[in-house]
Amino acid sequence: MTVDALSNQISQWLRGEGPESDIVISSRIRLARNIAEFPFIRKCNDIDRANIESTVSRKLLSIETLGKLQHFNVAQLSGVDRQFLVERQLISRELSENMGARAVVLDPTERFSVMINEEDHLRIQVMRSGLDLNAAWDQIDSIDDRIDEKICYAFHEQYGYLTACPTNVGTGMRVSVMMHLPALVLTNQIDKVFRSLQKINLAVRGLYGEGSQAMGDFYQVSNQITLGKSELELIKQVSDVIPVLISYERKARSFLLEENREDLQDQVDKALDTLQHTAQISSEETMYLLSKVRMGINMGLVNRIEIPTINKLFIHTQPAHLQKLRGSEMDTAQRNVARANYLQNQLDSSSDTGDASKN
Amino acid sequence: MKCQKCDKQAAFHITDLTDDETVLSVHLCPSCAKEFLESDSQEPQEATAIVSMLSKQLKIGQTADQLAELDQKACPVCGITFFEFRKIGRLGCPNDYTHFGSELDPLIVNIHGETRHTGKIPKHSPVASEVQTLLIKLRREMNDAAINEDYELASKIRDEIRRLEKGESPAPATSENEGEGQEDTE
Repeated sequence: MTVDALSNQISQWLRGEGPESDIVISSRIRLARNIAEFPFIRKCNDIDRANIESTVSRKLLSIETLGKLQHFNVAQLSGVDRQFLVERQLISRELSENMGARAVVLDPTERFSVMINEEDHLRIQVMRSGLDLNAAWDQIDSIDDRIDEKICYAFHEQYGYLTACPTNVGTGMRVSVMMHLPALVLTNQIDKVFRSLQKINLAVRGLYGEGSQAMGDFYQVSNQITLGKSELELIKQVSDVIPVLISYERKARSFLLEENREDLQDQVDKALDTLQHTAQISSEETMYLLSKVRMGINMGLVNRIEIPTINKLFIHTQPAHLQKLRGSEMDTAQRNVARANYLQNQLDSSSDTGDASKN
Repeated sequence: MKCQKCDKQAAFHITDLTDDETVLSVHLCPSCAKEFLESDSQEPQEATAIVSMLSKQLKIGQTADQLAELDQKACPVCGITFFEFRKIGRLGCPNDYTHFGSELDPLIVNIHGETRHTGKIPKHSPVASEVQTLLIKLRREMNDAAINEDYELASKIRDEIRRLEKGESPAPATSENEGEGQEDTE
């Protein structure tokens, strides 16, 4: 399977299924692991890196219980293909932009991936649609056990799993829940919410993780600390706060409807109209307008369009996805035209059939 | 030369002088270069946070001379110096957690509020690494016993260490000599 084949399917975690999926887009857990017998990436030479990449890839692909996996040699992929995998959240920007031997191994439904030679030797990641952290933990715990049978992890009695950055040491685990919080943004409450999350050791990031902007009103809530608590305690810390955030977002939505339904309806209608009829549009504006439409659907202000369609459009209108769908490279101006055509197409056909999202 | 991000022809060749004297060169096409220059904090935030946390912590605890000396300290396994770590925020190998243990502990408390892992433990970790971990633990207990002047316990633990070293571990003495006594490595 090639990167091209991936572009024809929809990631499992984007399907808009699972508990609370109107507000919670996805649940993910990642584990940072290193191999005991090699130095961390920073002190690896080219030969070390190549050895790690080939050894880990070979061992992962030999684990039968993990099913049939795909392997992408990231160092040999074109820039567009790497960007595509980043947009799809299958690899990080760091893995895409690093130098030297590096790879990603993933299952064909895109529910889990293992990055090799990112900041740590292994970054195992499991993704689920909706709020489903316990299922994600069960899956990643068992994948980790299977890998542990084949690879000797760097582990320290006191510090736990050893990582290149001390911020990840211990469990090496980052639990994150991606939420769509447009009403908290519209009512100017989002900063207040985040400040209170920081006080209880939770971090908030944008759609593409560290340092990224909160595009399309998407926010990832995740644990800040990784040491001194068990994996289940860390998961509980995050999952306890999500229902609270969901209730705040719902309250803000009701407030907006009560206060100014006409104005809100107008904003949503204009957003949808622009997306359906514009001749060219940037990625940022698309995200901004899609967020309005997504909120509108969930608040009963739009009824012809389904959530999975909108979820898909957030990812498929990004630069590398457009170029993959088109099958050719395009500059920014060409992409803006192609994006407008694609949106028009998708939003029309979805209103006809009511379900254009099935593969 | 191709752009590093999108395969188009690179037109911008940007040289970034980071403050640890390493030179970062990037080759980008005009549109990626614009993106790169506008978003000035491409570096992961965690790394920058950890670097500033470390520098604060070290300024409180050390004189300039002590800090200069500490910066020279290097891990015998991977060769990373403390200076390199505190500038980059990334360690070089698992042994750094032992070698720089006393410097890392306060930092780890700062980040996590704890210094002891209570989560999952690998089930299939091979004997050699278990023995190594055990040796590290026994050495710590032996030191504690000696500090508490419980010499009987200390010698008992020492015998246990010797027994383990003879039995399984092929090259046991490496981590014992670091950290404690010999500070001056030339």
